[in-house]
Amino acid sequence: MKTQNNKAWLMVVPVLLLVALSAIIPLMTVVNYSVQDTFGNNEFFWVGTEWFQEILQSERFHNALLRTLLFSGLILAIEIPLGIAIALAMPRGGVWVSVCLVLMALPLLIPWNVVGTIWQVFGRVDIGLLGHGLASVGIDYNYTQNTFDAWATLIIMDVWHWTSLVVLLCYSGLVAIPEVFYQAARIDGASRWSVFRYIQLPKIKRVLLIAVLLRFMDSFMIYTEPFVVTGGGPGNATTFLSIDLVQMAVGQFDLGPAAAMSLIYFLVILLLCWVFYTVMTSHDNETHEGVHRAGGRP
Amino acid sequence: MLELQQVSHKIAGETYIDNISLKLERGALTVLLGPTLAGKTSLMRLMAGLDKPDSGDILFDHKSVLGVPVQKRNIAMVYQQFINYPTLTVYDNIASPLVVVGVKREEIGRRVAEIATLLQLTPLLQRKPAALSGGQQQRVALARALIKRADLVLLDEPLANLDYKLREELRAELPRLFAHMGAVLVYATTEPTEALILGGNTVCMHAGRAVEVGPTMDLYRRPAGLLAARLFSDPPLNTVAVTGSAGNFSFHQALPAFRLGHNVSLSGDFTFSVRPHNLQTEKPASNAIALPATVAVTELSGSESYVHFDFCGQAWVALLHGIREFARDEQVQFWVQPEHVMLFDANQQRIALAAN
Amino acid sequence: MACIELQQIAHRYPALPGEASAYAVQPLSQVWQDGGAYALLGPSGCGKTTLLNIISGLLRASAGRVLFDGVDVTGLSTERRNIAQVFQFPVVYDTLSVADNLAFPLRNRGLKSAEIETRVATVLQLLGLEHMARVQARSLNADDKQKISLGRGLVRTDVNAILFDEPLTVIDPHLKWKLRTELKKIHQQFGHTMIYVTHDQTEALTFAERVIVMYEGAVVQIGTPQELFEKPAHTFVGKFIGSPGMNVLPCATDAGNLLLAGKVIGKLPYSASGAGQLELGIRPEYVSLVATAAGNPDSLPAVIAAVEDNGKHFVVRASINDLPISAIVREGTVIPESPRIMLDPAKINLYRNSHLVNA
Repeated sequence: MKTQNNKAWLMVVPVLLLVALSAIIPLMTVVNYSVQDTFGNNEFFWVGTEWFQEILQSERFHNALLRTLLFSGLILAIEIPLGIAIALAMPRGGVWVSVCLVLMALPLLIPWNVVGTIWQVFGRVDIGLLGHGLASVGIDYNYTQNTFDAWATLIIMDVWHWTSLVVLLCYSGLVAIPEVFYQAARIDGASRWSVFRYIQLPKIKRVLLIAVLLRFMDSFMIYTEPFVVTGGGPGNATTFLSIDLVQMAVGQFDLGPAAAMSLIYFLVILLLCWVFYTVMTSHDNETHEGVHRAGGRP
Repeated sequence: MLELQQVSHKIAGETYIDNISLKLERGALTVLLGPTLAGKTSLMRLMAGLDKPDSGDILFDHKSVLGVPVQKRNIAMVYQQFINYPTLTVYDNIASPLVVVGVKREEIGRRVAEIATLLQLTPLLQRKPAALSGGQQQRVALARALIKRADLVLLDEPLANLDYKLREELRAELPRLFAHMGAVLVYATTEPTEALILGGNTVCMHAGRAVEVGPTMDLYRRPAGLLAARLFSDPPLNTVAVTGSAGNFSFHQALPAFRLGHNVSLSGDFTFSVRPHNLQTEKPASNAIALPATVAVTELSGSESYVHFDFCGQAWVALLHGIREFARDEQVQFWVQPEHVMLFDANQQRIALAAN
Repeated sequence: MACIELQQIAHRYPALPGEASAYAVQPLSQVWQDGGAYALLGPSGCGKTTLLNIISGLLRASAGRVLFDGVDVTGLSTERRNIAQVFQFPVVYDTLSVADNLAFPLRNRGLKSAEIETRVATVLQLLGLEHMARVQARSLNADDKQKISLGRGLVRTDVNAILFDEPLTVIDPHLKWKLRTELKKIHQQFGHTMIYVTHDQTEALTFAERVIVMYEGAVVQIGTPQELFEKPAHTFVGKFIGSPGMNVLPCATDAGNLLLAGKVIGKLPYSASGAGQLELGIRPEYVSLVATAAGNPDSLPAVIAAVEDNGKHFVVRASINDLPISAIVREGTVIPESPRIMLDPAKINLYRNSHLVNA
């Protein structure tokens, strides 16, 4: 099958070129910036790891990183259990399935900045339905001034926007479980919790891993929504790494430190994804039965 | 002719096919017989070109086909699952391989009619697969595979998902169908009975190896090794250790010694084995060997009885004609004629006995 | 253990639009004796699994009542019926070890851990799984997974019945023999009420004391393996059981004689008067080949189409006046040059409109 392989390579060459142009070359530019300094006039000086040291030691970076980690942590802690719970509650057959699926898919169709704008308006104390409503029942809610309110708004917004993704993934995993497993569980007298713990959870583990990784990466890189709603405030309360980075690069035009920070940011995400993946697949001593039994019994 | 030369295949470091060399002629049926995970499906995937072997060569009509992609080889495959196009009628399903290669409409009509008659599908041609029974669906899949006039037809346990009776019917039809084809036919099964009914040649497979190859009946009656004898026995082969001293054999001290054939004068440790249907409860001949047994359980299947018993600490089974009920722990004397005994040496190789 | 009684049980699945709903199980009353070994035998789609699920409560029958030891359990859930059931495809709890899988149904019922340990150890030994007690169930092959499924049924000693739904489908032929015998031994030893659903006649006949043959939602015959073999109540049973199945040939009667292909082949043992198509049924086991008519006045000349050797005996495919007939003869039998076929007169059954006449 040598000829076939060669042909296959030819077919992917355009994609490789595209990836090279769109990802690798910009990345190399960033690497290039991160080890140099400039005083304008297109003159660059080699500074080695200076920017990296500066970033890693700066309190501003530490705070932004902690904020981002906390945000992602909260998002995962809410969206994953909530997503599973909703998926479990969804019907498995009949007309209601399509209704539920469409409802679930709706928030996913809205662009990020629109979501931000919706919530920005929705939460305003003067004209927003939510903000005004809360104010009128005597709750002192103001996301532009109160740190807790700002965080709550961003988290509720993200939960509203993205829990559906977790739901849909889990639901696809759940409907793939053969009915006979539930029958066996009834025969064995298993409780609802046991059914979840020993049948449903193990069977949806793989899709759940995808859900966790996607939600982690997305929430860790969140930019548009806090930019639109809170602009990183009040103070620096919602200045996540991404917002901090843009402020540094675009606002202050500190290209060197911003480049170094981008790379560190990138490595942190890579590292954490690897950790999630390893932890969630650590008990997966799956045999190659699947491969071997291709065409075997269902 | 399909030829495999020292083919080996590994997946993730695990050996799936271990150095198999085979020659399969056109117009002949080759049965791959072995338990699940013996490597039957893996071998078929290599033959089809779905996988590439790690070492060795695969030749078709003396030319290596390793570089030829599957879609360029003229291959048909039937799987255990009934795979048909759900939205097409039976007629269109069967015709599909011909439509793809652009055969003329009249020609298609003629060939579909021909194969449909052969597989008794004529009244069903306008139905959709969902409206067919499992047996009918598998007939459609078979028809689609056979109409192609492929050079190589691979059948991977095609009857395994069918009801016992349907399986029996199709099994009887298959050799008749295959007889007309000039293709290399390969048929994988876990059931020795199926191999015997299909005839042709058999490859006994175990743990990725081709243990023995030969004409099906010869392999069944005169296997070279104990492993093939076991694989090719349903109900399972009965075995027990015996010691020989200059042609006098004994199971153990308490039982009388016996002889096997006239010129057998062997000494040492051997494995004595008998197929279940060769055991009897009446002494058939003066030289028959006595096997005192303790009955464990009796199963009746209408015309036959399977008596499971303990002989010298081994679990044995006898297949007797008629209804023969024995109580648990009942002492029964079984007999076997020396010509029905298969004797294997310490290396598990069969020793030819003069009597057989 | 319990005696299970079905009173006028019937079931229909909801109809598809535009179709009349057919019975999956036609009205049926049946008593399953305490400690009996039963088999439900029939082709796929005959309603046997539906009936099994009605007994275990996984399915609520659309009509009729289910009684365990005289107590109505029709409305009770599966959990409360205390039934064990083994399915066609292995069900294991992936993340649990083999031993924990076996302990699972016991823990759910709140047994003491010492008790659980003893029972699990017994079943592990029974199924030869001791060496893999601590292995995670997901990593096992299909054979061992199915053993665990069986084990989860056997570990519960107090169940009302153990139901098997084609449990040996995914098992290799050699292990099939072993497990089937094992089940039979377990039945003899512990005396559970066992109901075994299968399409495989060998499994049904060898396992059960009484076999219930089903066809298109109805019970066609209930009997011991021997009765089903010797006296099939319907030609369907005759053909379905036995390999090859019973020969069914159109025949006629004339003044107390039985005629096949226009020739007298023997006396009629009983009156077979009445209207409708008359057929005789004879098992291939009771058909023999003879070389001459001398000494065999009732033999008929036959043409042999094929002789199949299945390694145990020969199956002779022949025809008498174009009527196909199969015979089973001993291995090594020499097929005569101008063969004649003899039917054992004592083993002939007569059928009128497919139903046994001398029932």
